[in-house]
Amino acid sequence: MFNYEKYLRANKLPHIWCPGCGDGTVLKSLIRAIDKQGIDKNNIVLVSGIGCSSRTPGYVDFNTLHTTHGRALAFATGVKHANPDLHVIVVSGDGDATAIGGNHFIHAARRNIDITMILYNNYIYGMTGGQASPTTPLGAYASTAPFGSIEPNFNVSELAKSAGASFVGRSTSYHTKQMENLFVKALAKNGFSLVEVIVQCPTAFGRRNKLRTAVEMLKWQKDHAIPVKADLTPEQLEGKFTTGVLWDIDRPEYTEQYAQVIRKVTGKQN
Amino acid sequence: MNQKIKPVFVQGNHACVLGALKAGCRFFGGYPITPSSEIAELLALELPKVGGKFIQMEDEIAAMGAVIGASLTGMKALTATSGPGFSLKQENIGYAIMAEVPCVIVNVQRGGPSTGLPTQSSQGDVLQARWGTHGDHEIIALAPSTIPEIYHHTIRAFNLAEQYRTPVILLLDEIIGHMRELLIEVPDDQIELINRVKPSCPPEEYLPFQMVESDIPPMADFGSGYRYHVTGLCHDETGFPTNDPQKIDAFMKRLNRKISRYTDQIVEYQTAGNQDSDILIMAYGSSARSARQALRLLNSNDKTAILFQPLTIWPFPEKAFQETAKSRKSIVVVEANAGQMKREIERLVNCDIPVRLVSSLNGEPIDPKTIADAVMEVV
Repeated sequence: MFNYEKYLRANKLPHIWCPGCGDGTVLKSLIRAIDKQGIDKNNIVLVSGIGCSSRTPGYVDFNTLHTTHGRALAFATGVKHANPDLHVIVVSGDGDATAIGGNHFIHAARRNIDITMILYNNYIYGMTGGQASPTTPLGAYASTAPFGSIEPNFNVSELAKSAGASFVGRSTSYHTKQMENLFVKALAKNGFSLVEVIVQCPTAFGRRNKLRTAVEMLKWQKDHAIPVKADLTPEQLEGKFTTGVLWDIDRPEYTEQYAQVIRKVTGKQN
Repeated sequence: MNQKIKPVFVQGNHACVLGALKAGCRFFGGYPITPSSEIAELLALELPKVGGKFIQMEDEIAAMGAVIGASLTGMKALTATSGPGFSLKQENIGYAIMAEVPCVIVNVQRGGPSTGLPTQSSQGDVLQARWGTHGDHEIIALAPSTIPEIYHHTIRAFNLAEQYRTPVILLLDEIIGHMRELLIEVPDDQIELINRVKPSCPPEEYLPFQMVESDIPPMADFGSGYRYHVTGLCHDETGFPTNDPQKIDAFMKRLNRKISRYTDQIVEYQTAGNQDSDILIMAYGSSARSARQALRLLNSNDKTAILFQPLTIWPFPEKAFQETAKSRKSIVVVEANAGQMKREIERLVNCDIPVRLVSSLNGEPIDPKTIADAVMEVV
């Protein structure tokens, strides 16, 4: 029996997420992955911005930092650069990370600073009541896209990969085991790693888009997720998305590069 | 035995860097902007030599965020900017106030609004320093006028930030940022450095935002075993968000009181000229330089004035100013803006004493003669 209480701030529960929300599932997988990695709670700094997913840090017993909208990666970069011994994890949503925080997102990836980022992608601004986000699919309905979204959406994982991330994975809140395994890999990776998790938001997204319940939305995830190993053609993938390890390379990590600068200018070899 | 310290001939931005390093600053997060970039450039060079960390962030907002993150790990952290960047930083300056994170923000002022006058001077951000971020808050802002003052007040900015667990704004301007003067650094054994108070209780008893008698709760470093929550939301003593009106009220009152109750310790000012003169000149930053020259011009015309120069601009040295202004016949406010502090001065003297403004909005230093002329007109 897994001991979740070791990691939860029990007196902060129940959480604020709506019935049927997928965010709690992500939290569960994250806790399990951290436990699997055996990281000391004192050395974890969990950083978030603003939004539903960004309330995650309040429920876990780490050093937790709930910052301003979109800026989690900026704060996290300061924490990691100042003390590279800390294990820095960022949790963020699609609006937080790719709209208001889009600049920080691409630059954290470019810099390849050793931060693990988990991006809860629910295609919508949930906390503010269902406005369109940069990942809202073309044609989907939102309170600020009442006639269907006319904006093309970001492919978050491709964006991180193009910007320079070392590790990119994608999963869903239906595929909990796969999600957990991707978190383990991302936590172990030295460099900027992103795991995009497609999560259901029946309240703000599903009800507007003919997926009225959490069950319908999870079924949608199950039906539309294609393991990247299946190696399908773009035509076969039309309307679907790939899951699994999408990208995994080794690049020089930022804080290690800076440590080299210090060694160079101080002449110290340790 | 004093260390033998050679004077150096440096520009204001350089003096700021020397002061920051002396104060123990070991982190800089910034973004290039004229006329402050020399601060970033010099720290990029110097910080790694002392094991410190420099980072050029992707924008001004990120730079402010990184500085707060670094400070939470226990580092003394600095950022430097100018008007347009100062506007962008306001969001996270508010966060640092709310979350009580010590840090120093240098604003080398230039003409505004908007892109304004990138290479020319202004004092147009004095009220933005006070009220730039949204919501009710107190702020500490310092306004030196010479290169040695920049050095000393940069050190003081870090000390105040650490002592009061709050962001401190150092207001320079293009004139003093780029001009050069002699500076003699302070020997290490003659310098008073203040470091934030850390908790002495066991981690399980730690309340990061406790209602302590001093109003300034001890602050633990991330990674030191005290696992706690930091948020920009209104929070209770534990650091977690609250909607309880009583707890919000207690927190907000403490947040403001922790600065206001220490005003007497925070304010610094100096006076010059004839203490018995009928005319009071109020000037700060580079304008105080023009005002001091105006005192000399007046002397040579057998006229006098007294200069009141606040070095702490926020909180304003209200009591000292009112004391100094008492029974004067006229006040001349000198500032490179359209009268931002003039309004404050009028409020402080209840409009009982006429207040006249000598200002400049053209990016140039204020001509001492215009100040002397203004004084002679009211004599």
